[in-house]
Amino acid sequence: MHVPDGFIDAPVSVATGAVAAAAVAVSLRGARRELAGAAQGSGTGAERTAPLAGLVAAFIFAVQMLNFPVAAGTSGHLLGGALAAILVGPYTGVLCVSVVLLMQGVLFADGGLTALGVNITDMAIVTTVVAYALFRGLVKVLPRRRRSITVASFVAALVSVPAAAVAFTALYALGGTADVPIGKVFTAMVGVHVLIGIGEAAITALTVGAVIAVRPDLVYGARGLTAPLELRTSPLTAPAGEPAAVPAALADEPTAVPTAAAPRRSVRRVWLAGLAAAVVCAGGLSYYASASPDGLEKVAHDQGIDAKAKDHATKDSPLADYSVKDITDPRLAGGLAGIIGVGATLAAGTGVFLVLRRRRSAGPGEAAAPAAERPTPEQV
Amino acid sequence: MGAGHAHKLYRHGHSPVHALPAHCKIAAVFCFVLIVVSTPRAAVWAFGLYALLIAAAAATARVPARFLLQRLLIEVPFVAFALLMPFVAEGPRVHVGGLSLSASGLWGAWNILAKGTLGVAASVLLAATTELRELLLGLQRLRMPPLLVQIASFMIRYGDVITDEMRRMRIARLSRGFEARGLRHWGVLAKSAGALFIRSYERGERVHLAMVSRGYTGTMPVIDATTATRTQWTRAAALPFAALAVCLLGWTL
Repeated sequence: MHVPDGFIDAPVSVATGAVAAAAVAVSLRGARRELAGAAQGSGTGAERTAPLAGLVAAFIFAVQMLNFPVAAGTSGHLLGGALAAILVGPYTGVLCVSVVLLMQGVLFADGGLTALGVNITDMAIVTTVVAYALFRGLVKVLPRRRRSITVASFVAALVSVPAAAVAFTALYALGGTADVPIGKVFTAMVGVHVLIGIGEAAITALTVGAVIAVRPDLVYGARGLTAPLELRTSPLTAPAGEPAAVPAALADEPTAVPTAAAPRRSVRRVWLAGLAAAVVCAGGLSYYASASPDGLEKVAHDQGIDAKAKDHATKDSPLADYSVKDITDPRLAGGLAGIIGVGATLAAGTGVFLVLRRRRSAGPGEAAAPAAERPTPEQV
Repeated sequence: MGAGHAHKLYRHGHSPVHALPAHCKIAAVFCFVLIVVSTPRAAVWAFGLYALLIAAAAATARVPARFLLQRLLIEVPFVAFALLMPFVAEGPRVHVGGLSLSASGLWGAWNILAKGTLGVAASVLLAATTELRELLLGLQRLRMPPLLVQIASFMIRYGDVITDEMRRMRIARLSRGFEARGLRHWGVLAKSAGALFIRSYERGERVHLAMVSRGYTGTMPVIDATTATRTQWTRAAALPFAALAVCLLGWTL
C-alpha cells in the first residue's frame, strides 16, 4: 500500500508532509512520556526513548516480514499500526511506524520520497490513532479482563485498516492524478482492505494475547488492568477435573483419539476467542457494510450513468463490454462487502452460542483460569 | 565501518557522487523528485530528459545500469495498478488494437509510471551511493529532530539482529516439524510474533541500561561535523537545477 511518487499531486503531497511532520513532532513528545512511564523507577524518559522506540521500530520492520499463509500458496503479512499502538502506546506507535516508513522510503525506495507525507499520514497516523481510540473505548466499556483486551485489539485492528483506506481515498479525492471516479476507488480500496483488515485483526489479537499471557506489564493498552496477586486456597480443583475427564475419554475411544483431539480443541479455542471477538464488531461491521457503500454505490452509479449517457450520445456499440464492467466492478466489491458482513455476523452468532454453551458446561471453573492461551484442564 | 554495517543497497565506490556530503545529496534528490512530480504529464519529452539526467548521474556515480534496473523492480505492484487504470477510468475512449481504453486513464497510467519510476530511480541512486550512517547524519544536518535520527539509527542497527532472531525462531519451528500451511497455524505464528516483541523490548531495555552505564544522557555526540563547501553544494544542485529547467520548459511549451 506504499504510495509511489506521482500518484498524488504536489500541493497535497506537501500539505500531507506538513501534517506528518507535525504529528511526528507531537509523537516525539508523547513517546517520551509513554516510554518513561514504562520504567518502574523515576526516569526523565528522554534517554529511554531512543533505544526502546528504535527497537520497537525494528520489531515492526521485522514482523512485517513474517508471512501468514492464507490459502493455496497466498500469504499475508502484518501492517503493524494497530499492534504497535496497543503494545507500546499511540504516540510511540505513530513514531515507530513513521520511522519504518521513512527508512523504507529512503533506503529501499518502497514508497516515493514526495509521497512520504501521504504514506505517513495514511498508514502511521490514521491507522494508529483510529486503532488506539477504538481500543481505549472498548476497554473502557468491556469488563476488566484479559479476554476483553484481546477482543478490543481485534476490533481495533479490524477497523483501522479500512480506515486507512478511507483516508487514502480522501487524499486521492483531494489530489489524485488519475481520472478514476472516487466511488470506484472507495469501493475497491475499502472492499480489499476489509479483507486485509480481518487478517490483520486476527493476527493482532493473537499476538496481543500471546504477549499478555507472558508479560502483561509490557502491553501499554492493558495498563491498570493487572489484578493484584492473590493466594489460591483451593489448588485441588484443577487436578480433580483432569483425571475425571481423561479416563472417560479413554474408556470410550481407542488411545489415538484423545491425543488427536487435544490440539484440535486448542485450535478451536483460539477460533472461539476470535469468533467471540467478532460479536462486538459484527454490529459495527455489518452496519458499516450495509450502510456506507449504499451511499457511495449511489454516487458511483450516478457517475456511471452520467458517463454512459455521454458515451451513448457519441458511440454506443463497442462500449457494451465496458459498461458491464463498470457496473460489475463496484457491485462485485459491494457484494463482497455484503458477504463479509453476513459471514462476520454468522461467525459472531456461532461464537456467542459456543461460548455460552461452553461456559454453561464449564461452570464456575472458568473464572479461576487466568492464562488465556494455555489449555486449561476444564476444557479437555 | 565494516562490511556488516553497510546495507545491501549500498555500492562501495569513490566516484564524485560518493564523495558528496550526504545532506547535499538528500536535498538534491528530494528537490529532483518534487520537480518531477510537479511536471505536467502531457510533456512526454520532459520525462525522457529526466531519465537522461538520472542516467547521467548514475554514470557519474559509476552505478551500473543493470543494478539500477534490478532495483526498479520494487515498483512492479504499481505497474500492475497503472496497467489496470485505462480500463477503469472514465471519459472519452480510444481504440488501440481492438481494445477500448479510456484516454484519461491512459494518461493517468503514464503519469504514475513515469513519475513513480523516476522517483524510485532517484532514491535507489541515493541509497546506492550513500552509506547508511551518512544518510542518517545527513538527515540530521537537514534539521530532522535528533531524537528521530537516533530512533532511526537504532532501528537500522538492530533491524538485522531482530530479523535474525525471527529467522532463528523460524528454524526452531521448522526443526520441530512445524510448517505453517493455513489459517489454523496462525496461532503459533502470532505467538512467535509476541515472543519477538517481548525479546525486542527487553533488548531495548538492556541496550538502554548499557548505554546509561557508559554515560548516555539522551543525546548522541556529533563526532564528525562535516560541512559542505560551496562547490559541493553546487555540484549536488546540478541535478535539480537541470530538472527545474526541463520542468519550466514543460510548463511553457
